[in-house]
Amino acid sequence: MPKDAIRVEGTVREALPNAMFRVELDNGHKVLAHVSGKMRMHFIRILPGDRVTLELSPYDLAKGRIVYRGS
Amino acid sequence: MGVRLKSQSELERMRAAGQIVARVLHELSHMCVPGHRTVDFESRAAELIEQGGAVSLFKDYPHYGTRGAYPASICVSVNEEVVHGIPGTRVVGEGDIVSFDVGVKHEGFCADAAVTVAVGRASPEAMRLIEVTRRTLAIAVETIRPGVLWSAVAGRMERYVREQGFSVVTEFVGHSIGAEMHEELKLPNFVSPELLRRDILLEPGMTLAVEPMVNMGTHRVDVLEDGWTVVTADRKPSAHFEHTVAVVDDGCEILTRLSGQDDQGG
Repeated sequence: MPKDAIRVEGTVREALPNAMFRVELDNGHKVLAHVSGKMRMHFIRILPGDRVTLELSPYDLAKGRIVYRGS
Repeated sequence: MGVRLKSQSELERMRAAGQIVARVLHELSHMCVPGHRTVDFESRAAELIEQGGAVSLFKDYPHYGTRGAYPASICVSVNEEVVHGIPGTRVVGEGDIVSFDVGVKHEGFCADAAVTVAVGRASPEAMRLIEVTRRTLAIAVETIRPGVLWSAVAGRMERYVREQGFSVVTEFVGHSIGAEMHEELKLPNFVSPELLRRDILLEPGMTLAVEPMVNMGTHRVDVLEDGWTVVTADRKPSAHFEHTVAVVDDGCEILTRLSGQDDQGG
């Protein structure tokens, strides 16, 4: 069963201005993530400690987009 | 992020798991005749996995998002379905191509493999798609050895598929495997800037699920409403072959080849 190439999971470490977050991935890497438009529209609050699912940019692994809270 | 290397005794257990997977795939390939529902393959596979004293790795595998866990023991993906086809009431007919993906855990260790077979006689182009995908896996197996970078393996696979006029799926990738199905490494079947930045140097004791997914038309894919089934964006056929292999001192050992047989590619 193939692995998803883009989506990864991690834990929010820090909330930054402009709905940006620092997220620690399960593999230990830290990425800067913004929140997907759909989640902002539904006012889903994200707090440090939350588990989130991210889509990583295939071009810059240090940046991501939070697509789900929870994993 | 260390890669877990396997000891000889762990490899021995992965070989045992690999034989169970190989037997299930062998049997499913032979029962793949017109008129079966995809769930018929599921029932037979579940029976064989249990008889082997193993458990399915796919059953109840959590969805990456908020959808339900994977509901079946194996994946059966027909024609335009790339991977993660959920067995159900779809009936396979003459000319269809069907991918079976089977993964089990046995005595704490995993093996995972897939084959694509034609039901009766498929179109020449569909048969070529199957052969090219089988050959793509074989190319990977021939290339894997200690000291080689994964990008060299991926590059050879990608180049061959392109030369043949088909496309490599990029949203799903192979993976390292061992005590868990999805261990830390991602093994794309293509070369990306991401891979080149964090390339993987192959070492003895690595165990890898190598799995080219090749589309006849566009490489782009969609996921159906069930949250699992991956289909080609243009709904043209797709094929998938996979072996679990171990990197050994003099190359690569296939752990999911049926012993005494040579009919599964690789």
